[in-house]
Amino acid sequence: MPSSDTDPRLLLLSPGDTVFVLRDQIAADEEILVSGQSVRLPQPLGLGQKIARIAMGKGDKVIKYGAPIGSVTQTVAIGDHVHLHNLKSDYTLTHLRGGAPAGATS
Amino acid sequence: MMRGWQRADGRKGIRNVVAVAYLVECAHHVARQIAGVDPEQAHVIGFPGCFPNPYAQKMMERLCTHPNVGAVLLVSLGCESFDRFGLEQVIKASGRPVQVVTIQNTGGTRSSIAMGKAWVSAQITALSDQPTVPMLVSELIVGTVCGGSDGTSGITGNPAAGIAFDKLVTAGAACIFEETGELIGCEEIMATRAVTPELAQELRDAVTKAARYYATLGYGSFAAGNADGGLTTIEEKSLGAYMKSGQSPISGLIKPGDIPPHGGLYLMDVVPDGEVRFGFPNISDNAEIVEMMASGAHLTLFVTGRGSVVGSALAPVIKIAANPHMYARLTEDMDINAGAVLDGSTTLAAVGQAIYDKVIALASGEQSQSEKLGHQEFILTYKSFEPIGPACLPM
Repeated sequence: MPSSDTDPRLLLLSPGDTVFVLRDQIAADEEILVSGQSVRLPQPLGLGQKIARIAMGKGDKVIKYGAPIGSVTQTVAIGDHVHLHNLKSDYTLTHLRGGAPAGATS
Repeated sequence: MMRGWQRADGRKGIRNVVAVAYLVECAHHVARQIAGVDPEQAHVIGFPGCFPNPYAQKMMERLCTHPNVGAVLLVSLGCESFDRFGLEQVIKASGRPVQVVTIQNTGGTRSSIAMGKAWVSAQITALSDQPTVPMLVSELIVGTVCGGSDGTSGITGNPAAGIAFDKLVTAGAACIFEETGELIGCEEIMATRAVTPELAQELRDAVTKAARYYATLGYGSFAAGNADGGLTTIEEKSLGAYMKSGQSPISGLIKPGDIPPHGGLYLMDVVPDGEVRFGFPNISDNAEIVEMMASGAHLTLFVTGRGSVVGSALAPVIKIAANPHMYARLTEDMDINAGAVLDGSTTLAAVGQAIYDKVIALASGEQSQSEKLGHQEFILTYKSFEPIGPACLPM
């Protein structure tokens, strides 16, 4: 499944997906190839984390497993980490330990 | 070679244990002490509530007549409102030996424990003489749950469990997946797999009900640990969970305690009907395993990313590690290392086959890791259900 224009540690689960999933840890500041672009991660990311495969605008659906998993809340560039800070559920908000629902702030 | 214990209702058990069932929390200590007479063969189950609940009554009836159960000791305090006579009649009618110890009528804790231990010991001796009969894969009911999910659950463990499910369904077994609160966001994809359009609508309605229920509670089925592992939203977690259903057509929708009428793939609707009354539908993973057992599951596949260590009373649990780092830390607690898919040392197809082989091995007498470690978790709480509609089980 790894394509030659993307680091083999990034897994594409379904052909139409807009995110890759990390199959291994990637260190901060390491130069990696994502969809043909060279990207440096600002912080280390672990197994299971998501990285944008394409650029996305606010409100765009994120596709994983070939299906939408929520909408982005801000502009996302190729190679950006996609998680609680820029992706929100289209169903119920995600509640975390701090008590505040993730994605609740605009 | 698969073998089972023949029960009067036609089903076969892959274990032959004595259930020691407390009928209110006040009888739990006595039940636990009694089961201590043989921790491997005597399993504690029970309902903690003092007030009656038809769901709990039905669940206890199903569990006490589960095919893996050969005899039942009911432990009652005496003043709880659980219908112990009704339960005793159901067990008797199933052909199983049953005995009631009522603590308030038996001289208290010490004498109740002594009386219970004597009865359970005698039953275990009698059960050990019961012959087994050959058993087919098509006579198995297998459940699946996932817990302690992370970003790997949906990539490795759940798709591998789905492959094992496809193999089991092809061989004629009944397979059950759940839970509708964890399928929010995949209802349309799932509906396309229903064997009839009416069942498709029932599947959609079940997920809609779950979404409303969780919205009323103000929470999704999403724990902080899920986000630490890379999952962001409920629908993302749902799709990962959905992967464990495999590719087979969906033959029916059941509720806890409904037993699949024939082989095939079934969705279990675990979210209560009506107003939100008793809090969270399932307060922890074992509540789901208990409902699988009440619907006749001989064993349960449990996919875990963060690393759950639980097993279950009555029916073995196969633990499938989705995360290779967790597998390295908790190896003794895991039966299958699906995480090995991530480093390319194995494939999803090979892990799916290994899970299928493990099911056959456990039904042939092998113990799962959680059985070896003595895990017998059990939890049952209050719920309320309406019966399923006619469209839920098409012929």
